[in-house]
Amino acid sequence: MIDWMFHLPAIIVVIPLLSAIIVALLPSRIGWICASISSGLSFWAAIVLTAHMLDAGSLMRMSYFLGGWPPPWGIEFSVDHATTLVILVVTGLGFVSTLSSNALLLNDIHSDDRSRFFAAWLLTLGGLLGLVMTADAFNLFVFFEISSLASVTLVAMGSGRDKRALVAAFNYLIIGAIGATFYVIGVGFCYAMTGTLNMVDMANRLPLVTDLVPVYIGLAFMVSGVMVKAAVFPVHFWLPPSYGFAPMAVTSLLAAIATKAALYVLIRIMMTIFGGFPDMPLMIMQWVFIPLALMAILLGTVLAIYEKDAKMMLAQSSVAQIGYIVLGFGVATLAGVQSGFIHIANHAMIKGGMFIGLGGMAIAVAGKTRMTSLAGLGRRMPITSTGFLICGLSLIGVPLTAGFISKFYLVSAIIAAGYWQIAAIVLLSSALSVIYLWRLVETLWFAPADGVETRLPEQAMIYIPLWILAIANIWFGINAGMITGLAKMAATSLFGGMS
Amino acid sequence: MITADNAIILGLAVPLIVAILTPLFASRPDIRDCLGPIGGVISLYAAILVARAVIGGETPEWFIISISEGLNFSFKVTPLGAIFGLVASGLWIMAAIYSVGYMRGNKETHQTRFNAFYAVAVHAALAIAWSGNLLVLFIFYEVLTFSTYPLVIHKQTAEAMRAGRLYMGILVGTSLMLLLPGVIWVWTATGSLDFVPGGILAGKIDPAYVPWMLALFAFGIGKSALMPIHRWLPAAMVAPTPVSALLHAVAVVKAGVFTMLMVVVYIFGYDFLAMTGGSVWLIWLASFTILASSVIAIQKDDIKARLAYSTISQLSYIVLGAALANELAAKGAALHIVMHASAKITLFFCAGAIYVSAHIKNVSQLNGLGYRMPLVFVAFFLGALSIIGIPPLGGSWSKFFLMAGAAENGMIMVIIVLAVSSLMNVYYLLEPVLRGFYLPEKSRVHVEKLPLVVIPPVITAVLCVVLFFVPGPFLSLINLMVMP
Repeated sequence: MIDWMFHLPAIIVVIPLLSAIIVALLPSRIGWICASISSGLSFWAAIVLTAHMLDAGSLMRMSYFLGGWPPPWGIEFSVDHATTLVILVVTGLGFVSTLSSNALLLNDIHSDDRSRFFAAWLLTLGGLLGLVMTADAFNLFVFFEISSLASVTLVAMGSGRDKRALVAAFNYLIIGAIGATFYVIGVGFCYAMTGTLNMVDMANRLPLVTDLVPVYIGLAFMVSGVMVKAAVFPVHFWLPPSYGFAPMAVTSLLAAIATKAALYVLIRIMMTIFGGFPDMPLMIMQWVFIPLALMAILLGTVLAIYEKDAKMMLAQSSVAQIGYIVLGFGVATLAGVQSGFIHIANHAMIKGGMFIGLGGMAIAVAGKTRMTSLAGLGRRMPITSTGFLICGLSLIGVPLTAGFISKFYLVSAIIAAGYWQIAAIVLLSSALSVIYLWRLVETLWFAPADGVETRLPEQAMIYIPLWILAIANIWFGINAGMITGLAKMAATSLFGGMS
Repeated sequence: MITADNAIILGLAVPLIVAILTPLFASRPDIRDCLGPIGGVISLYAAILVARAVIGGETPEWFIISISEGLNFSFKVTPLGAIFGLVASGLWIMAAIYSVGYMRGNKETHQTRFNAFYAVAVHAALAIAWSGNLLVLFIFYEVLTFSTYPLVIHKQTAEAMRAGRLYMGILVGTSLMLLLPGVIWVWTATGSLDFVPGGILAGKIDPAYVPWMLALFAFGIGKSALMPIHRWLPAAMVAPTPVSALLHAVAVVKAGVFTMLMVVVYIFGYDFLAMTGGSVWLIWLASFTILASSVIAIQKDDIKARLAYSTISQLSYIVLGAALANELAAKGAALHIVMHASAKITLFFCAGAIYVSAHIKNVSQLNGLGYRMPLVFVAFFLGALSIIGIPPLGGSWSKFFLMAGAAENGMIMVIIVLAVSSLMNVYYLLEPVLRGFYLPEKSRVHVEKLPLVVIPPVITAVLCVVLFFVPGPFLSLINLMVMP
């Protein structure tokens, strides 16, 4: 008998990767169903894994040796609480956005192309999961490339509606490739100094290295490479156009999970691989992450306020929200890292829901997302727009939503660490974010439509996933213990690696 | 017999049920308009049960869910909360009856939306009163702001929308940027947000930071309308008078000063505050607000604007009582919540009654009207006397305690401020009454007879008198509040 629990880390990653190939070969009309089943299975496996990890206690670490080759020679998948949390978010949001994807695509992609579309979709998902799961620095690069190339394909498929998607996809490809190259150069430096690629092994050997210059160069390359992928200011500029021009379904997937996985890798590099250097990573986090995060927060919020296209507005807001996560990590205390993880989970639910909802409404106006074309849609599509509004309220951190919990923990961590001015900036930008959400609300509900006030048809496969996320936003705003608890364990396990 | 714990659930649920039922009866206005007063009676009954339990030494509690470790979503009634609960639910009955008469007499539109959000606002006020910790209080503080926005912009004119933006801008802005960090600061410093008699901050925070933390609360609680963040209150007067009466004389503004008092009594602890001297600046700012807004009130000809500035001045009495940071002043502040609420709601009811029956909204047009609407003017007179603080009206109790509190700190200047403010009250609150009875009518106006807008102010005026002779329950509650 096979010990399923033991194989779970691999199963979660392999399900979407394998089904990607299968979906590509199957007829187009069942592509979406297969993708949904496969992402659902992956999510279910992630839940089982999480339950197992919670039973096992807070410092539990699970290892899986691919092909039975033990590290440092073979590739290792490793699961601790930080991994579990991110895996749960990625599979969960992957599942929900897969559910809504077919309805959201509508005219974006010809129905004959759907099998290729969903193959790329599952490859993206599988790549991101592998990225999170792997404990091998070079293998991580491989998964980076899988997810990047697949998601570039997805973005490019937006060209059916708007040719500018091709330019955005090309930029995304080039920038992504530069990021990945930087990362692999960094890995090369560290490999040269330690002779190993396994993260834990590398972490153990790095402190023994006497010549620190190549190690620091390696660190710099790795961190800047991953920052490109995570769209951290100032290397975030690829994000708004690619989100803006990608098909709406793709935007909801990428916004919810793609940058989250990269952010996880970022903190993993800082705290696991370079956990043996207590000073240098800490200095980078405090002196590089915090200022960049603040710039991202302010810039993203201000640009969102002036944005005329609703989809672009949400994309700009993503830049700011990524800033909040990086800021939490940058505080570099247990509470700070915890708040970063909390926001990874909450922001995935918020933005996933908002893009699905926006897509659901945009369908009624032939996929246009300019503010002017959305006027009055809130009144005409009440189910979708209400779900959208709930996620929006969560975005600005209204009490009783998940966004409030994020804000509460982030500001607590910042104040506890004594950064008063930073807390003020965070609160200022969260107050400013009310403005852009309010612009959307005014457009959707109060702006006059062109004389028509009839109800528009709403699709169940859009508003059901949307409402799952909307209810999750409220549920985790009131009963936040699960996310804050998991995030605390995640932060603890990362700090455990640091000591 | 309903237990006190269940009474909390009842009291909170009833306004919500009213809010949900109201749209369902939109097509049958008579049933719809009965819901408010009935809900008020049930809520008041619940509030009385809760208050009796508190006087009996119990702590009624309703634990719903744990939000996260150390943070509970729960309700727990403090003596101060019991007082505010009684005020909010009791005056809701009167306001609900009054608003039927006013809205119908004035032929306002959107009455269903109005009634529904009115009930949600009362729900939020009760939830604030009975909140179990500072986080729950903060949550419902925001709910109250959002639920009153549709009431402020009720007329949907350009002026109302502008007022709405100012209202939301100031209240949401201050609460997010100052109150929330204040709450979080308390949380990071103590690891708790519970209301504990005597406070939780003593020994947990460097006394040098106390004035700053107090400032976050004093300016973050925009609803207490301390200068310079008072502008939203006069702007909100664009709303129909029942809103100004219940919400901007009782529920919303009292929620503000109530929060301030809760923070001083149960989070800082007034002994700790007095010891650190962190609230001295607030005493002077509150004194300034009291005098400055009285000066502005004197210049206002519009009755509602005058009453709004009078409210700003009176709210600062309560802030002053909190800032004086001693037992007597805290008692006075808590009593003033009750006394000012009943008096000021009377004045607003009268102003609205005059507007809806005679379509007059300026003080200068009131000449000779007293004989045409005697009950309304007598009620206004009693309400005004109570605010001025003349026995035998309720307002004299709270003023007495506040002055005694100031005397205990040896602050002669504060006593002078209170006295001067009373004199100015005499001028600007009695002027309408004197014009009504002593000056000849300029031109004969048509006065409609509308009993539904006359009876509530008469009842609340009588209440002002009753509160002087029977302050017993409230005195026991304020005594419990200051017990360690």
